[in-house]
Amino acid sequence: MKEFALMMIGAALVNNVILARFLGLCSFMGVTTRVDTAAGMGLATTFVITVSSMADWAVQTYLLDAYGLGFLRTVTFILVIASAVQFTEMTIKKVSPSLFQMLGIYLPLITTNCAVLGVALLLVEGKMGFLSSTMFAFASSVGYSLVMIIFAGLRERLVLAHVPRLFAGPPIAFIVAGMLAMAFMGFSGIATS
Amino acid sequence: MANSDYKTIVKDGLWDNNGVFSMLLGMCPCMAMTTSATNGFGMGLATAVVMAASSYLVAVFRNRITTEVRIPVYILIVAAMVTVVDLGMNAWMHELYKVLGLFIPLIVSNCLPLARLEAFAAKQSPTPAFLDGLFMGLGFTIALTAIGAVREIIGSGTLFADASLLLGPSFKVIEMRLLPADMGVLMMILPPGGFIVTGLLVVGKRLMDLAAGKEIQMAGAHAL
Repeated sequence: MKEFALMMIGAALVNNVILARFLGLCSFMGVTTRVDTAAGMGLATTFVITVSSMADWAVQTYLLDAYGLGFLRTVTFILVIASAVQFTEMTIKKVSPSLFQMLGIYLPLITTNCAVLGVALLLVEGKMGFLSSTMFAFASSVGYSLVMIIFAGLRERLVLAHVPRLFAGPPIAFIVAGMLAMAFMGFSGIATS
Repeated sequence: MANSDYKTIVKDGLWDNNGVFSMLLGMCPCMAMTTSATNGFGMGLATAVVMAASSYLVAVFRNRITTEVRIPVYILIVAAMVTVVDLGMNAWMHELYKVLGLFIPLIVSNCLPLARLEAFAAKQSPTPAFLDGLFMGLGFTIALTAIGAVREIIGSGTLFADASLLLGPSFKVIEMRLLPADMGVLMMILPPGGFIVTGLLVVGKRLMDLAAGKEIQMAGAHAL
């Protein structure tokens, strides 16, 4: 149990998907202008990462490994992810139309979020069992959502600041992200994964 | 197509509309794989090959791909090209492959190739599409090498370290040590350095465009 807890803290905070592994930076820069959209994106991505890593684990174990088709991994995983996104979209639409309204256009964009494919590939490299890989995927995506929400909060404040014209927009956002990454480096040493 | 159009494609790809510094696409490898100039260069070239090949293929099949299914088809074409590059690098450039690791398969979900396929290759004939993919990819290579060089010089005082190991023995000449080893600022090699250097280089490009009397590109600012 202790190993599980340490692994999850490591995946969420120490080796944060965005700030330490540099995955999913497009959405990190793209949809963090407001806290509520960032939170919605975080929620949807958490769901997709968890579901698609479970599916990718099964595909890797029972299909690619079993028949020696390892070279098809990239193509297969991206197909699995695209279907998982489609499935998520249909499920949310059926179960909770109000949440579907809220997430709307962000759902299809998750397919090209490299955090989803990145986590799936990390799991294959780690050669983990089903339970631990699902936990790892869930913890990673919780870390992703956390950073998205924190950064959106920072940017809401940044809009009101007087930034030199040359630095306006992306450059100042990058520098703030660098500072946030420095803050997150304070977690290193709590747990390794 | 007239010659001037080709010139525009080259200029747009390399500088005016640079994928990283102007459009801010493909940020993940741009931060993760730029701890040294050599890594950035290798990552950029791999992306350039994928972009040129997939732009060409999409342009060849552009009249057969229906609009409804175009995005999955593009992703599959890119994924196939990435697999080819992945296996090729594993066979012939194994040292570099080990360093770049996870980020070679991740070219599939890099938004730069997909953006160029959608914006350019889908509407053009194969030759300009191929050139656009190639030069956008080379512009990406320039950006990654620049970010890598700045981080490497400040962080460890070297430039193109291990180039002979990663790219081939003939690259030995470009390995340089600019600062004594104990002067490196470790922060630049660690993740925060990637964000800060990229931010400052975007400002640098704006300054150079301003000095050349051009309008500063704020395009990225609206999208963000």
